[in-house]
Amino acid sequence: MSAGLEHRYGPYGGQYVPETLMPALAELEAAWLEAKRDPAFTTRLHELLRDYVGRPTPLYLAERLSEAAGRTVYLKREDLNHTGAHKINNAIGQALLAKRMGKPRIIAETGAGQHGVATATACALLDLECVIYMGTEDMRRQKPNVERMGLLGARVEPVEAGTRTLKEACSAAIRDWVANVATTHYILGTAAGPAPYPALVRDLQRVIGEEARAQLLEREGRLPQRVIACVGGGSNAIGIFTPFIDDPVELIGVEAAGEGIDTGRHGAPLTVGERPGILHGAYSAVMQDADGQILEAHSISAGLDYPGVGPEHAWLRDTGRARYEAITDADALAALQRLARLEGIIPALESSHAIAWTLAHGGSELDLVCLSGRGDKDLAEVIRRLDLGRGGAGEQGVDASVPGGPAQA
Amino acid sequence: MSAPTGIDRIAEAFASAQGRAALMPYLMGGFPDMATSLAIGEAYADGGADLVELGVPFSDPLADGPVIHAAGVEALRAGASVAQILELGAALAPRLPVVLMAYANIVYARGFEAFAQLLRAHAISGLIVPDLPLEEAPELRAACDAEGIALVPLVAPTTPPERLARIGALARGFLYAVSLVGTTGERGALDAGLADFLARAAAATDVPLAVGFGIGTPAQAAAAADAGAAGVIVGSRLVRAAAEADDPAAEVRGIVAAMADALAAPSAETVR
Repeated sequence: MSAGLEHRYGPYGGQYVPETLMPALAELEAAWLEAKRDPAFTTRLHELLRDYVGRPTPLYLAERLSEAAGRTVYLKREDLNHTGAHKINNAIGQALLAKRMGKPRIIAETGAGQHGVATATACALLDLECVIYMGTEDMRRQKPNVERMGLLGARVEPVEAGTRTLKEACSAAIRDWVANVATTHYILGTAAGPAPYPALVRDLQRVIGEEARAQLLEREGRLPQRVIACVGGGSNAIGIFTPFIDDPVELIGVEAAGEGIDTGRHGAPLTVGERPGILHGAYSAVMQDADGQILEAHSISAGLDYPGVGPEHAWLRDTGRARYEAITDADALAALQRLARLEGIIPALESSHAIAWTLAHGGSELDLVCLSGRGDKDLAEVIRRLDLGRGGAGEQGVDASVPGGPAQA
Repeated sequence: MSAPTGIDRIAEAFASAQGRAALMPYLMGGFPDMATSLAIGEAYADGGADLVELGVPFSDPLADGPVIHAAGVEALRAGASVAQILELGAALAPRLPVVLMAYANIVYARGFEAFAQLLRAHAISGLIVPDLPLEEAPELRAACDAEGIALVPLVAPTTPPERLARIGALARGFLYAVSLVGTTGERGALDAGLADFLARAAAATDVPLAVGFGIGTPAQAAAAADAGAAGVIVGSRLVRAAAEADDPAAEVRGIVAAMADALAAPSAETVR
């Protein structure tokens, strides 16, 4: 195993998939091990990340946010990537890998639509056929991204099962892969799923942390006290955490508390910390009932609306290396408004969970927050929620709920 | 003499089919409701089934196509629990050997040993876990072995030869050959390479070879047997009948009987 990618993180991870897919997982692992040691591949990937995606992304000292939080807060601006989120780092890498493996057809799942857009973009660039599975509830919540994917030449397959969100989209994508594995590569969007995906996606996302660490050392001459990122499946978090693993730095993952952990309507399997289980090919923290039926998650943010999480996060939690807490829909929404007014940055609802946590928690002098994506995709949902929150008031009302926010540090 | 184990019962069911392929219909436990699914299981036995594959409904069935997926969702909505499905297995076990089909998380939720003990306590003979490949199976296999329960592995047309040999060597009860590259569901025709794949799979194991996925007509069942299967598993066709028919038990009994007739008939007349 020493030459391969990790299949296990402590007890977590593994490959719980139908036999039909096992050879494809082995092929993918071998291809990635070969590609990441091939200078032609890594050079091409690096060039695309630089010239097409726009990396390195800025590390931004958010002065007004810092003032509000009472400490220095830097934002890693993944929202400034092409397509507006960190998802493109992974999608471009995996699409290049698919090309190298000779697979002409790409499938992907998407929740918020950011991974779907990133994958559709990479497929347009590299001339690959692209099918994106998306729950119909998410298609409603994230309409602009559905339209974007169409313009980019991808086919969006609506998924009607269950609560019509990310979990079902992921299941549908895996079923497609089972049927079309010979010609198709599945670009899984997060650091979850069967091995080798958690390691592959982490390898492709760690660029976030590598850049941020170097940028912060250059700017401040020291490491951050805390690194904070939102966690759905956990790809932006594992990407920014990984280069800090051996540093004396607190790592904090922020899950979706939804309507509140005690309501059961949340997306916080790590925070809740009940019996682990198997979802989408990996053994990890998962929301389930006593029989092992997977429960439906809930979050205002489609990207965090997922009952499972990547297996490496479960292990980082158990070992105490990282800490996981949860932020409610309401606090995330308030943090989105707050960052918009303080910094002129409208963050994605996902990233707003990390912002909210930072605003609400002292005990640090220097925070690094992963601003994993921008909030344009969320505008319709945000406005709808704000209108509901004040009985249909117009724009004037937006202001009223801002000042308090979740920010009493 | 101790009572026969689950593994013994499965071996006996294949042996007593006497030269024709054993017929193993799939039953979605709790679909459309518990009582009807029991009646459907009884009808399978009445129609001439040799074994029954009893599916535990699961929230996220990755190996299943739309018909079985929808039936599982419906069963869960109707309140089906794992305990009830085990009781259903116990109720059918006197009629024919029951092989439970459960996704890995259902087994993990109770723990391997506890689950294997529950199977034995309910007179269930075997266990199929469609998302537990070779690498993840050793602990559960040991737990099942200790209870005389057959942990039945699956092989697919994509399984390479060396892996096929390793899986075949560890098979208990029978080896489940997935006839096609895809999820469960009816298809217009059997895969062109099926006979070749079944020959490779049969050569890799000492236990009988049963074939499933995509078999929905008596002619397809007979053709699968002709292609080398010692057992034929029929799922979506029967689950669809259970969903559509006014009298599901009568409907599935007729389908199972037609399949059993086709398997009993001399192959040259049935297929060609």
